[in-house]
Amino acid sequence: MGRYVLRRLLQFIPVLLGTMFLLHYLQTVSIQINGNPITALFGDRQPPPQTLAAITTAFGLDDPCLQQTGNPCLGMFLDRMSGYTQGDFGVDFNRQPITRLIADAAPVTVRLTIIAVLFESLVGILAGVVAGIRKNGFADNFIRLSTTLVISVPVFVLGVLVQIGSGLYVGVWLRDNGAPEWLSAAFSVTYQTDHPWASLLVPGVVLGAFSLGFIARLTRTSLIETLRADYVRTARAKGLSRRRVVGIHALRNSLIPVVTYIGIDLGALMGGALVTEGIFNIPGVGGLVFGSVAAGETPVIIAVVTMLTLVFLLASLLVDVLYAVLDPRIRYE
Amino acid sequence: MSELATAATAGHTERSGSLWADAWRELYRNPVFVVASVVVLIVMSWAVFPTLWTSTGTDGGTCELVDSRLGPSSEHIFGTTFQGCDMYSHVINGARPSIIIAVLVTLATTLIGVALGVIAGFYGGWLDTVLSRITDVFLGLPFLLGALVFLALLGEQNIWTVSAVLVVLSWPPITRIMRGSVIQVKALDYVEAARALGASNMSIIFRHILPNSIAPVIVLATLYLGGFVSAEATLTFLGVGLQIPEISWGITVAQGQDYAIAGYPHLLIFPCAALIITVLAFIVMGDAMRDALDPRGR
Amino acid sequence: MSATQDIKPADTVGIGREASEKQSRKEAARSDALGFDPSAPLLEVEDLHVEFRTREGVAHAINGASFSLSEGETLGILGESGSGKSVTAQAIMGILDSPPAFVTGGQVRLRGVDLLTLPEESRRLVRADRVAMVFQDALSSLNPVFTVGHQLAEPFRIHRGYSKQEARKEAASLLDLVGIPAASGRVHDYPHQFSGGMRQRVMIAMALALDPDVLIADEPTTALDVTVQAQIMKLLADLQAERNMGLILITHDMGVVADVADKICVMYAGRIVERADVHSTYGNPAHPYTKALLESIPRVDLKGQQLATIEGLPPNLTRLPDGCSFEPRCSWARERCRVDDPPLYDVGAGRQSACHYYEEVLGS
Repeated sequence: MGRYVLRRLLQFIPVLLGTMFLLHYLQTVSIQINGNPITALFGDRQPPPQTLAAITTAFGLDDPCLQQTGNPCLGMFLDRMSGYTQGDFGVDFNRQPITRLIADAAPVTVRLTIIAVLFESLVGILAGVVAGIRKNGFADNFIRLSTTLVISVPVFVLGVLVQIGSGLYVGVWLRDNGAPEWLSAAFSVTYQTDHPWASLLVPGVVLGAFSLGFIARLTRTSLIETLRADYVRTARAKGLSRRRVVGIHALRNSLIPVVTYIGIDLGALMGGALVTEGIFNIPGVGGLVFGSVAAGETPVIIAVVTMLTLVFLLASLLVDVLYAVLDPRIRYE
Repeated sequence: MSELATAATAGHTERSGSLWADAWRELYRNPVFVVASVVVLIVMSWAVFPTLWTSTGTDGGTCELVDSRLGPSSEHIFGTTFQGCDMYSHVINGARPSIIIAVLVTLATTLIGVALGVIAGFYGGWLDTVLSRITDVFLGLPFLLGALVFLALLGEQNIWTVSAVLVVLSWPPITRIMRGSVIQVKALDYVEAARALGASNMSIIFRHILPNSIAPVIVLATLYLGGFVSAEATLTFLGVGLQIPEISWGITVAQGQDYAIAGYPHLLIFPCAALIITVLAFIVMGDAMRDALDPRGR
Repeated sequence: MSATQDIKPADTVGIGREASEKQSRKEAARSDALGFDPSAPLLEVEDLHVEFRTREGVAHAINGASFSLSEGETLGILGESGSGKSVTAQAIMGILDSPPAFVTGGQVRLRGVDLLTLPEESRRLVRADRVAMVFQDALSSLNPVFTVGHQLAEPFRIHRGYSKQEARKEAASLLDLVGIPAASGRVHDYPHQFSGGMRQRVMIAMALALDPDVLIADEPTTALDVTVQAQIMKLLADLQAERNMGLILITHDMGVVADVADKICVMYAGRIVERADVHSTYGNPAHPYTKALLESIPRVDLKGQQLATIEGLPPNLTRLPDGCSFEPRCSWARERCRVDDPPLYDVGAGRQSACHYYEEVLGS
C-alpha cells in the first residue's frame, strides 16, 4: 500500500505540470492576441507610457515572447515553476501575496464543503436506503422523482431561487418574529463573518443538492443489486433480523461505490463552490477565482487552480485508498 | 431464482429480438420517455424554427425601456425583461445557443471519445497506455472550474469557444467507458470466431465491436445533452459564456437576479422554468434509455 | 437440542422479555419456546404450493409437494433446473424473496409445529438454530467484506448472545471441525482467500454452528472439482451421522444421490413425480422421467453407444398443461395423459409414482 501511494504521488507531477502549462499557454496566447492586460486594468485613464512599462515589468509581463503569437513562452513558464517550488506564488494587482489571499479564503470554502458533503451524504444515503428497501413503493417513487428533479436544476438556478426564497421571505419573517441571531444569519442573503458556520448552511445545502440526488440514486441502485446477492440470502438463512441483514450485510457492500462517488465529488464541489460563493457573496476560494476572472488577474487564477487541482488529485488518491479499506478483495502493490 | 426465471420464460419464442429492438419496444411503451421526447422536440424546434413560436423575430423583438419589468399581460404573456423586451420571445430564442452548443459538443465528444476508446481498447499495448495517461490528465481537471478558467484566460467568448472548451473537458469519461466496453466485447467468443474466420480489424470493429459496445455511450451522451444545456447556462450566468447582445437563458437569469429580489419574480421564473424543464427532459430520456438497455437496474 | 421444557403457543415468544436482564434476552432469542414436540416427526412437508407472481404471469413453481424426513435420514431431492427443488428448500427455510414468491398452500411441520403459520420474528429464530442451509456457490454466498470468523460468529452472537470473544472461539473450533488446517489463524481471513473446497467447508461450518436438527444442502458440490466433491460429500455424511441430523440433499446429479441418500424425491415442473427409497428407484424406476434421467447418465459399460437424452424442454410454469406435465416429452404418453393429471399412485411399499402407466414403466 505504501508503495502504491508513493507511485500515485509521483504520477501527480506530470498531471500538475500539464495543467499548469495548459493554463500558462492559454494566458500567453490570450496576451499575444488581446494585448497587455495592464492596459485593460486602467481602462479609460491610461497612465503615461513609462509608468505602464514599469508596472508591466513589475508583473513580469515584459517578455518579448508575448509579442510573438503562438510562442509558448517557456522562459516565463520556467520562472513561474521555480517560484512555485520556493513557495512564491506571486502577487495580485494590489501587490497582495497570493499565498495570503488563498490562506484567507480557504477556511471558508473548507467549511462550505464540509456542510455540503455532510448534507449530501447523510440525506442522500438515507433517501437511497429508504427507496432501495421498498423498491417501487410510494417512498421509492417519490424519492426517484424528486432526485431526478434535483439533478435537473443547474446549481446557479437553485442558488438564485433559494437565495431569494430563504434570504428574502424566510429570513425577513424570522427577523420580524424575533428569531435568534444565528438563525436569521442562516437565512440571510449573504455571508456574515460573525456566523462562520450558520451563514454557510443554506449555501452548503445548495452546493450539495445536485450530488445529493446522485448519491440517493446510486445508493438505491447499489442496494437493490446487493439485496439480490447470494450472501444476503445466506444472512437470512442464518436467522438474522431484517434490520441486520439490510443494515450490516447489504449496506456495507452497497456503500462502496457511494463512498467512491463522494470522494470524486469533492472535485465537482469545488466547481460548484465557484457558483455558490459567487451568488451568496462568500469570500472563499471560489469567490477568489470568480473575482480574479472578472478582473483578469491571471497569476491568481493559475495559482489557485493549480492548488485546487492538487486537492482534487489528493481526493482521488484518498478514494482509491479508501476503496481498498472498504473492499478487502482489492489490494494495491 | 434465476433458474426459475429461465424455466418460466422457456417456450416464449415470440419474445426474441435484439437488444436494440427490445429496448426500443420498451421505450415507446414508456409514457415518461414519450413525454420527455416530446418536450425535447419542442425545445429543439424553438432553437431551429423560433419564428414558428414567436412573431418578434430571432433578436427578441423591439425593447422599450418604458416597458421594463412589466408583469404578465395579454400583450406579453410572460411579462417583459429588465430592458423591456418580451420575456416570451427571450425564452423561445434563448433555447438556440444552449441547444446548438449541447448538440455540437455531444456529437464532438462522442466521436472523439468513441474513436479513442476503440483505439485504446481494441489495440491495447503502448497506444492504450499513452491514451489512458492522457485521459487521466484531463479527468484530473475539475469540470466547471476548468471551463470557467479556460474561457476566462481565452478572453474570447462565443458559441465556438464555449463549445471547444466543453469538448476539451468532457471527452475523457466517454473514452474511458468506451475503452472498458470494448475490452469486454473483444473477449467474447463471437469476436474470436470472426477473427478466426479471417475478418479484418476494421470489419471486426465496425461489425462486431461497435454495435455491441456503444450502448453505455449512447446513454451517457443523452445525459450529456442535458448536462451541456446546463453548463452553457451556468458559464453564461457566470459571465464567461455568451455575451450580450446574444440571447441566452443564462443571461436572462443573471439580469433578472437582482430585480427578482426587489419583487419582480417573473424575471426569474420563466427563464428558470424553461431551463429546468429542458434539462429534466434530457435526463429523463437518458434514464429511460439506461433502464431499457440495461435491464439489471430495474 | 432440548425442546422439552415449556410448550407455549407460538405467539407468546416475546413474553420472555419481561423477565428483564441479559440472560432472559438470550433465552428469548432461542427457538425452544415455539412449542416443538420432541415426539413428533422431525420434518413433514405436506401439499406445499409456491407461486411466483411476475410481469409475465403467475409461475406455479411448486404444485403440491409432500415428503417427510426423520433423524439421521438423508433425503435426496432430484430434478433439473426449474423443477422447483431449490424453491422447496427456500420455502422450508422461509427465505423466498416475497414478492415475487408466495407460499399459497400446504404445511411445513417441524416437530409438529407448522413453520408457515409462524410470525416472521419467530420464524427467524428457527433458521440456523433448527433448520440450516448450505448453498451452492460458496464464493457468492459468503459476504466478501467480512472475515470468515465474523460470519461464523454471527449465529452465536445473534441466537445465543455470546460475547465477541466466545463467538470467535466457537468460530475457530467450527473451522477445525470441518477440517480446515490452522483454523484459529484463518478466522481473520476473507472468503476470497480460501480455495473453492475450503470455502464450501466454511459454508458447512456456518450451517452447523448451532447444531441444527435439519440441514438442507442445495447443490453443495456442483461448483467444485470432482475430487473435492467427494471430500465434501464425505464430510457432510460424517457430520450427519455424528449429529444424527436429518439431511436434505438437493441435486441434479443422480450419482451423488445414489451414494449417500436413503430415500429420494424426483421433482418435475414443481411436482414430485416419484418418491421411493434409493435402491428401488435406481434398480427399477416407476416414472418415465426418472427412467429417462437414469438413462442419460454416462456409463462405462455402454461406452461407444449413443447417450440417451430427454427430448424437448420442461413446460412453461406460467402455463402448465391440463394433463401430465411430462406428457409432451414422454414416450409412454397416451391420450389420457393429455387431459388427466396423474395423482401419486402407490406402486409398492413406501413408493409412489405420478404416472398412469407406472406398471408398464416398472415392467420395462
